[in-house]
Amino acid sequence: MGLRPHVSNGAGLTRDQIEENFADLTPTLDHTQAHVEAARCLYCYDAPCIKACPTAIDIPTFIHQIRSENLKGSAHTILKSNIMGGTCGRACPTEVLCEEACVLNARGEEPVRIGALQRHAVEDLMARGGAHPFARAPLSGKTLAVIGAGPAGLSFAHRAAMLGHDVIVYEAKPKPGGLNEYGLAAYKMANEFAQREIDFLLGIGGIRIEYGIALGRDVTLNELRGRCAAVFIGAGIAATNALGIPGENLSGVYDALHFIEELRQTKDKSLLRVGRNVVVIGGGNTAIDAAIQSKRLGAENVTMVYRRGEPSMTATEWERDLARTNEVVIRTWAMPVGLAGATTVAGVVFEKTAMKSGKLAGTGETFTIAADMVLKAIGQKLNDATFAGLKLERGKLAVDGSFQTSIPGVFAGGDCIVAGEDLTVQAVEDGKRAAIAADRFVRGA
Amino acid sequence: MADLHCNIGGVESPNPFWLASAPPTDKYINVKRAFDAGWGGAVWKTLGNDPPVVNATSRYGVHRDQARGIVGINNIELISDRPLDQNLREIEQLRREYPDRVIIGSLMAPIEEAAWKGLAAKILNTGVQGLELNLGCPHGMCERGMGSAVGQVPEMVEQTTRWVKEVAGKIPVFTKLTPNITDIVVPAEAARKGGADGVALINTVNSIVSVDLDSMAPRPTVDGKGTHGGYCGTAVKPIALNMVQAIARDPETAPLAISAIGGITTWRDAAEFIALGAQGVQVCTAAMLYGFRIVDDMIAGLSNFMEERQYRSIADFRGRAIRNTVDWNDLNLNFDLKAFIHQDRCIECGRCHIACEDGAHQAIRIGQGANGHRTFTVINDECVGCNLCLHVCPVEDCIEMKPVANGLPPVSWPHHPLNPLRTGGT
Repeated sequence: MGLRPHVSNGAGLTRDQIEENFADLTPTLDHTQAHVEAARCLYCYDAPCIKACPTAIDIPTFIHQIRSENLKGSAHTILKSNIMGGTCGRACPTEVLCEEACVLNARGEEPVRIGALQRHAVEDLMARGGAHPFARAPLSGKTLAVIGAGPAGLSFAHRAAMLGHDVIVYEAKPKPGGLNEYGLAAYKMANEFAQREIDFLLGIGGIRIEYGIALGRDVTLNELRGRCAAVFIGAGIAATNALGIPGENLSGVYDALHFIEELRQTKDKSLLRVGRNVVVIGGGNTAIDAAIQSKRLGAENVTMVYRRGEPSMTATEWERDLARTNEVVIRTWAMPVGLAGATTVAGVVFEKTAMKSGKLAGTGETFTIAADMVLKAIGQKLNDATFAGLKLERGKLAVDGSFQTSIPGVFAGGDCIVAGEDLTVQAVEDGKRAAIAADRFVRGA
Repeated sequence: MADLHCNIGGVESPNPFWLASAPPTDKYINVKRAFDAGWGGAVWKTLGNDPPVVNATSRYGVHRDQARGIVGINNIELISDRPLDQNLREIEQLRREYPDRVIIGSLMAPIEEAAWKGLAAKILNTGVQGLELNLGCPHGMCERGMGSAVGQVPEMVEQTTRWVKEVAGKIPVFTKLTPNITDIVVPAEAARKGGADGVALINTVNSIVSVDLDSMAPRPTVDGKGTHGGYCGTAVKPIALNMVQAIARDPETAPLAISAIGGITTWRDAAEFIALGAQGVQVCTAAMLYGFRIVDDMIAGLSNFMEERQYRSIADFRGRAIRNTVDWNDLNLNFDLKAFIHQDRCIECGRCHIACEDGAHQAIRIGQGANGHRTFTVINDECVGCNLCLHVCPVEDCIEMKPVANGLPPVSWPHHPLNPLRTGGT
């Protein structure tokens, strides 16, 4: 599988080794591999994999189209349900979505490699170039505003453009893509895939992105609502949670998301600094991504610590296995209670935990893991000041069945809504469905 | 180890596995390697009178299944393109070195008595145990009035067989038949009238295996153009099985020995041909795709099969399936089957449902089971027992065809109450 990183002989990793460590994790299937893998698909009727896909891609049909050497048709089948099918083919946790539902599992076999096949078809289409595969409906004359050029916002923008509207996307950062560009692990999105996919997506026409514009700072919801026929909020959840323990401000303590963001934006990754002993706190995919990438940058010891048992982790089993293959040590049932060090972090003090009468509690027993770098991956939250005036639910934006917020004509989707689940594929689906709802709204239907 | 020794049309062979006349039997080195691997015999690549033919390049096209496996090859190669004398010397040498193995000389000539008889005599001088008349090659040679151009005219089949048999005397003669005709029994009968000891069938089937949609030419392509070729491999096995049973069942042709050819890849294929009346089998495509080593499993597999069924010799089960191979009019129309789906084995792919819904009798219903599982059940009143669901089901033993105990006596169409021309009785 080629999942193991280059490990230095004690003198640190060379620039070439680091570059190799961040190359494509699972290279795209070639023609023969795709053909043989596609032949494994049983072409199920009303297939379980379709139901397991948040965007309901007609998987048996696109795989059949690979078999019949109608790759263009295959990509079209994928993209009409999920315009970011390329990223999803690379980064989806297929092991808990389509591939988990594959009926071959029930026959005691490995599931069809749906993600890899999807990637094969979409990347073939993107490599061919040519005209954008979707046409716009007759123009409506309406302009819709989108906040955030992440997967949800861009999916909304693409679908709205297809339905005949013009779209202006406001993005706070200097580049589009959201977590596709700033958050996913580098080896999953190698070769500038996020930007290439967005170039492809924008090929529909009618979408303008304005960078460096943040909601609340540079523009308000009221202004946008006044200027545009409808607004879609796909702002994600940018504020990170704090540990709230002594020593959190020591040098060497970082948010894992910021660490990954810097890593994604640095072309020559050998210029990045990484600790010798890295401790990652958290049990989600961000924690996994931070831990593996630390190791691949050359950290000697990387320990990921989670306060509950492995089954409670949001990181999938596949991700955990990938971490172990990368020599990441996963420790469970321990929570951080303090960070040791004078000005720079020197270690993390953990207290062991256990379930007591149905609740997680410390046992009083502590231990310390030496660390010169600590990465916090304990989740994000909505910056609620930005969304004053919108109804919240459990700390996120409340929306109805058509993704409309408490303000008529203002829609929302992706991680910032209450159902958001840190999944590109779900964000794409939210954006798509919200655009269909917004289309009905602006047409007064 | 069961005794695989057999007699094929008067030729004694250590086992029923011969290589068919084709590229694998073109030269000394191939046939030597085949004998070392364990093949019982080889039918030498067809010999013609000098000067040798000239072959074209490329020569093969393939028909693939979805997983890129090859189910059939088509070829446009002609008969041996090496000088006759060289071939004859090599046959002689192999007969000396492998006296227990069989070499059959395959020959083809224009429709002239002297040409056939002269060529047959030369080949007989090498010590071959039999001759095989190539009256089947469906490409190239037929354009020169040979191969299938002869095999498609029963009078010529009889005539050429007679000429060769007159020279061969006691040496067995096999007439190789082309499947590119309407009724295989007719040329088989002609061969018998001409004095053949046996028939070898089938030769390759007329085919164009695919069209290159870039160059807009059939494959294989020779400098931008293609021609129809001869199709072989597992895809033609069903055609060959049917033709073998037709000859084995017809009283006029039943006395002929049958050396069966057509997509034989495993011992099981061979056993099926033998069960339908063949004395032995010939293999080409499988050896071309995998090499001569496949004979190992053919020998071991057939031997295991025979031991398990307690057949002491090939003759013990030869033709055993013929008694159960009947005309449609002899089938019992009161026999009834219903599909039954074992829910514990079902993987919920839905293939049986959609096949039955769109392609058959709308007899499989989708239901909702526990925990979001789908259930598939047969509606007995709609099921006609056609087997389609059984065949599309990807799980072995998930769908079972259960006989219905309807208590009705057997009745065939000639006696069926709904037959307006019924002959009475049952």
